[in-house]
Amino acid sequence: MMRRVLLVALVFAAPLAAQDAVPPAEYAYRQLPDARAEAEAHALMTTLRCLVCQGQSIADSDAALAGDMRSLVRQRIAAGETPDQVRAWLVDRYGDWVSYDPPLTPATWPLWAAPIALLGLGGWLAARKLRRKRSGTGDGE
Amino acid sequence: MIAETGLLLLWLAAALAVLQALAGFAGLSRRGEYVAISPAARPLAVLQGLLCLAAFGCLIALFLRTDLSVLLVADNSHSAKPWLFKFAGAWGNHEGSMLLWLTILGLGSIGVALFERQLAPRIVSATLGAQAVLALGFYAFLLFASNPFARLSPAPPEGAGLNPLLQDPGLAFHPPTLYLGYVGLSVAFSFAVGAMLAGDANRAFARAMRPSVLIAWVFLTLGITAGSYWAYYELGWGGWWFWDPVENASLMPWLAATALLHSVSVTANRDGLRAWTIMLALVAFSMSMIGTFIVRSGLLTSVHSFAVDPTRGVFILVLLALYIGGALALFGARIGKVASGATFAPVSREGALVMNNLLLSVILAIVLIGTFYPIAAEALGYRLSVGPPYFNRAAGPIALGLVALLFVGPLLRWRRDRLARLPVIAWMMLAIAGVGAIALVVLVPRSAILPALGLALGGGLAIASLLPLTRRSLRRTPATTWAMVIAHFGVAVALIGMASNAAFTEERLIALRAGETTTVGPWQVELTAIDPVVGPNWTAIEGGLVARYDGGAPTTLHPQLRAFTTPPTETSEAALLTRWKGQLYAVLGQPTSEGRWQLRLWWKPFVTLIWLGGILIALGGALSLVARIGLLRRARHYVRQVMP
Repeated sequence: MMRRVLLVALVFAAPLAAQDAVPPAEYAYRQLPDARAEAEAHALMTTLRCLVCQGQSIADSDAALAGDMRSLVRQRIAAGETPDQVRAWLVDRYGDWVSYDPPLTPATWPLWAAPIALLGLGGWLAARKLRRKRSGTGDGE
Repeated sequence: MIAETGLLLLWLAAALAVLQALAGFAGLSRRGEYVAISPAARPLAVLQGLLCLAAFGCLIALFLRTDLSVLLVADNSHSAKPWLFKFAGAWGNHEGSMLLWLTILGLGSIGVALFERQLAPRIVSATLGAQAVLALGFYAFLLFASNPFARLSPAPPEGAGLNPLLQDPGLAFHPPTLYLGYVGLSVAFSFAVGAMLAGDANRAFARAMRPSVLIAWVFLTLGITAGSYWAYYELGWGGWWFWDPVENASLMPWLAATALLHSVSVTANRDGLRAWTIMLALVAFSMSMIGTFIVRSGLLTSVHSFAVDPTRGVFILVLLALYIGGALALFGARIGKVASGATFAPVSREGALVMNNLLLSVILAIVLIGTFYPIAAEALGYRLSVGPPYFNRAAGPIALGLVALLFVGPLLRWRRDRLARLPVIAWMMLAIAGVGAIALVVLVPRSAILPALGLALGGGLAIASLLPLTRRSLRRTPATTWAMVIAHFGVAVALIGMASNAAFTEERLIALRAGETTTVGPWQVELTAIDPVVGPNWTAIEGGLVARYDGGAPTTLHPQLRAFTTPPTETSEAALLTRWKGQLYAVLGQPTSEGRWQLRLWWKPFVTLIWLGGILIALGGALSLVARIGLLRRARHYVRQVMP
């Protein structure tokens, strides 16, 4: 509860704070010189949640915190970490909430199994229906 | 006085809705003793709709005059706002958007009452009865829990203003378009309920339902397309789809309506899939209700705001449970009485449309599960996020399967066909697309699989979608075939745009001083000036950018950093430069300590095809609608001549 209030306060504070003396983090609005590392960092940023926004990734947000997180991601990638390591580090600190890519755990396997299960179920239902229809009418055409 | 008149009109409309429901269902009475009353449902529906429209007019008048003694106006408007935003501000808030919702529901009733002359009168009046029951719930919600005409005493000297992100011409068009789509589906829902109550769902029912589905679908398509473009240029980061709950809420009814559009054509043309068409009609509007209310009530984005006003949230949930549960219960009880329709072989036009429905339904289920999974998990004490990586991976391949089906499906004949009969070129395009995708993944370094598949399948489909026009005289091709071809070609165009944007976008984030130049993709961009600008209710810092494509002729762009005073907010207004090859997207950021200005630049090849495709898809729907109404008229004329 208290944390939520703080987060909301942060959202409103962000545009004002941005004009004040505190400059944005080094790599918030700067790309890495190495194109390959930048591409990796960018791909990772689109899958991380901006913690103070309403459903935006840190790659799509002007919030100060999103800028800090972008900078952090770029610096860690530049230091040689893999995107998975950076994600794991962030998840460790903020929980699975920070990652838009839900991990495969006992709590999420229904989510990940859903597409295949639904396709199978739908296909089976449609096939059954078609078969019954054909045997029901025979060759009366 | 205007506020009181509006409230009175709402109460009168609600009373008329009670009468409309009674009259509508009277036609279903067992021994037929009340049947004589049922024709009254039509004029009652027209009157009810008109009164609601008048009440909505009152609300707009209050906003245009900025009558601050009305709570809603004081909370959401400001006298210094441009008139377009005062006007559109009437529905840029919870109560106003609910009234807009009801007004469109009323227009739906009017449409059925005035234009449906083919269907059995019992089904029409039962449909109007169902429509009135839907309206009543929302009248109750508006009058008891969200009164838009509540007064505020004493009136404040000035209003609180409207969220600057919403102060855009988009607000004037986007919500009404989307709502026409959402609520238009209520007519299909009511037709399905009416047909089940009357125990009669045949081709005539499907034909009666089809125009309303088409209208709703066209508006939904346009609404989503426009909303996507609005978010794209307003949010300032170049994204056009974020898989966030609000977007998913509009996508789910669209997916259901798209499936319904295809299944209703099987019922209308071939009398097949009756029960499935009814089911989809129920699902489509249920998705509209879930989308609008659960998300708008704040349940999804934040459990916290839901708790702030528990009355509204509970009211909405009970209403949804009643309507959706009631309709599904009716389906369970009555569907046995709806005789199963005509049959078909697996390889046939119907078979392809069943596949289409299957894949669309699975995508719909994935979006639904992915959107609500975080809420379910949070209820169990586990906080997680489900976002683009999940939706792209889970729904993307199925969507591409749907596209592959589009290469051959429209070429199949009704009832029974052989794959060997299909033109070689359709298979060739499919094969080329497959090989092309593999080649793209292998040859282009670091390319992702989905965009490569999207490009290849999109390119193939752009040609394959035209095949239904071959082997016949173009002039004698029915308008409905043209409509289908245009819509499917639009799918190809949009897909190419999405894939191209994902695969080829170039980004440049840089801090420049005036006079310095940078490059993004094939463009050279120079920051020439930074100037202050004053607007009607904002001030801004405006960047002057001179862009040259490959050293060619210069074009200027003016991205702005705007500061609104009421409420105090900063927004960045992106500047877009559109070429046929794509868009240059420029955003001005904050100044740095060394006197430079942050710039964000993107070169997005063929990104505009995304929305062009959306417009083509809607255009196909509109053409189909016009053709079908015309066909109907001709058939009526013919019947009158043959049977005087």
